[in-house]
Amino acid sequence: MIISGRVWKFGDDIDTDVIIPAKYLRSVDKSIWPKHVLEGIDPTFSSKVKSGDIIVAGKNFGCGSSREQAVLAIKWAGISAIVAESFARIFFRNGINNGLLLIECKGISNAVDNGDVIEINLNEGIIKTKRGILKYKPLPQFLQEILNSGGLVEYYKKKIKGSAP
Amino acid sequence: MVISMGMTISEKILAKASGRKYVTPGEYVVGKIDLAMIHDLTGPLTLNVLKQVGYEKPWNSDKIVIIFDHQVPANSTITAELQKQLRKYAKKYGIKLHDVGRQGICHQILAEEYVKPGMLVVGADSHTCTLGALGAFATGIGSTDMAAVILTGELWFRVPESIRFELKGDLKLGVSAKDVILYIIGMVGADGALYCAVEFSGDGIRKMSIDSRLTICNMAVEMGAKTGIVDPDEKTMEYCGTGEIIESDKDAEYYKEFEINLNEIIPQVALPHSVDNVKPVSEVEGIEVDQVFIGSCTNGRLEDLEAAAEILKGRKVWKDTRLIIIPASPRVYMEAERRGYIRTFIEAGAVVCNPNCGPCLGGHMGILADDEVCVSTSNRNFVGRMGSPKSKVYLVSPQTAAATAVEGKLVDPRRYMGDMK
Repeated sequence: MIISGRVWKFGDDIDTDVIIPAKYLRSVDKSIWPKHVLEGIDPTFSSKVKSGDIIVAGKNFGCGSSREQAVLAIKWAGISAIVAESFARIFFRNGINNGLLLIECKGISNAVDNGDVIEINLNEGIIKTKRGILKYKPLPQFLQEILNSGGLVEYYKKKIKGSAP
Repeated sequence: MVISMGMTISEKILAKASGRKYVTPGEYVVGKIDLAMIHDLTGPLTLNVLKQVGYEKPWNSDKIVIIFDHQVPANSTITAELQKQLRKYAKKYGIKLHDVGRQGICHQILAEEYVKPGMLVVGADSHTCTLGALGAFATGIGSTDMAAVILTGELWFRVPESIRFELKGDLKLGVSAKDVILYIIGMVGADGALYCAVEFSGDGIRKMSIDSRLTICNMAVEMGAKTGIVDPDEKTMEYCGTGEIIESDKDAEYYKEFEINLNEIIPQVALPHSVDNVKPVSEVEGIEVDQVFIGSCTNGRLEDLEAAAEILKGRKVWKDTRLIIIPASPRVYMEAERRGYIRTFIEAGAVVCNPNCGPCLGGHMGILADDEVCVSTSNRNFVGRMGSPKSKVYLVSPQTAAATAVEGKLVDPRRYMGDMK
């Protein structure tokens, strides 16, 4: 499978408080999360982002709190994948569990600029950029299964269905 | 593989929980959970996930606890609705709930009443790593992971590499555990321990109280760690009552090792807007402060309130500065009251609020306006963390916070210890 998209580039240590401030968490109306996504860095981001776009970031993306709303805000804003030098661990788990494609790829920050279009080949584990091709280590098999199912909920639903007589 | 190679405490607890004799870093295991915690901010999302799955019955109600701490008592109708959902779920399945009146900061309640050495603990809150101070393996997870735990009692883990910080020597007067952990984070950076377990060892940590150890482990996540952890000792057993003593082997392997000389540490501050932007307070004294907050899962314990009371006794909070003090739990609150600290605070001109997370995450009780400056004993100073994205947060120890409240500007607390004049 190959996905491609326009890049929104961010720096290091993008924390969950700038991805979605706590004041929006206590909400039953979940549609407000994507509307405020990353407003701590760029208040106009949600109006500019398009479905299928890709976030490229530096190290430790998603550091800070365990709020899963940070993943949901990004996913529901239409982002198809995040490629970063590294991810904070809770954000990484939350991303996979919600079916958001996360790729850890050393050197990605220097290989792309804001607005570039990049191509990710999931079968081969490579990313094509204007400055060349980067390789990344694919996820372990069972995490890949969770991701392919669309997240942990769907994964469990399948499992439950599969085990029914 | 050499089976005789030693293991760290983290590896041993994950091995035990996953029914193995031996695990190595990088390996994926499925561990049986001894204790799972949700609170009022991440709990509703967990219930939502359970609803999507179509099953909600917990694997074992006795191993789950729900603690209200982020916005209690409810501060809006929305919060009230969400808390009502959790209350209903707890009642339906006989899950222990710390509701208004029995509420407190989840990690403090967990330390006081639930966590024992040797346990595998997960909480839907990133600062669950605090509990590693009691010799448990404790880590924060998201709401979907938590839903999986509630249904199955299990969760997958990547066995983390361990980083050891050996603490040596004694802390100087006016310096506390908070200064030590800020110093360490400043040294290694916000991703300095990414995916790792950070283990604190040495005579320096042995001499520290449980309160201090909880402060140190609390901020392990601020350097990206999966947990902070300390081998249990007689202090741990006295605090916890029971538990299984699991310790790191002498020949355990560490990914990195550091030696920290406590005698060399002076009061530290994390400047806006990142936790690893650390400097000695003495280098940045004089910044004018609108609000001071003493509390949170980092520094809302008795030892912290005691340190603040020693400085505030007989003194007044600066006329243009607001001081908010929040004990971490009812137990801490009552003991602080018995010892006269609460009176000291009120006489000094502070406001004392009921146990909860307070303004730490900008949800409740002291949210900051544009351009306001807050000196806080909490653990994060990200943009907009405590309110307006234009506000600024400086992270310090309770000693520094109390001295700052008196002067209305950031000040090295050693001036109040007769150590610097």
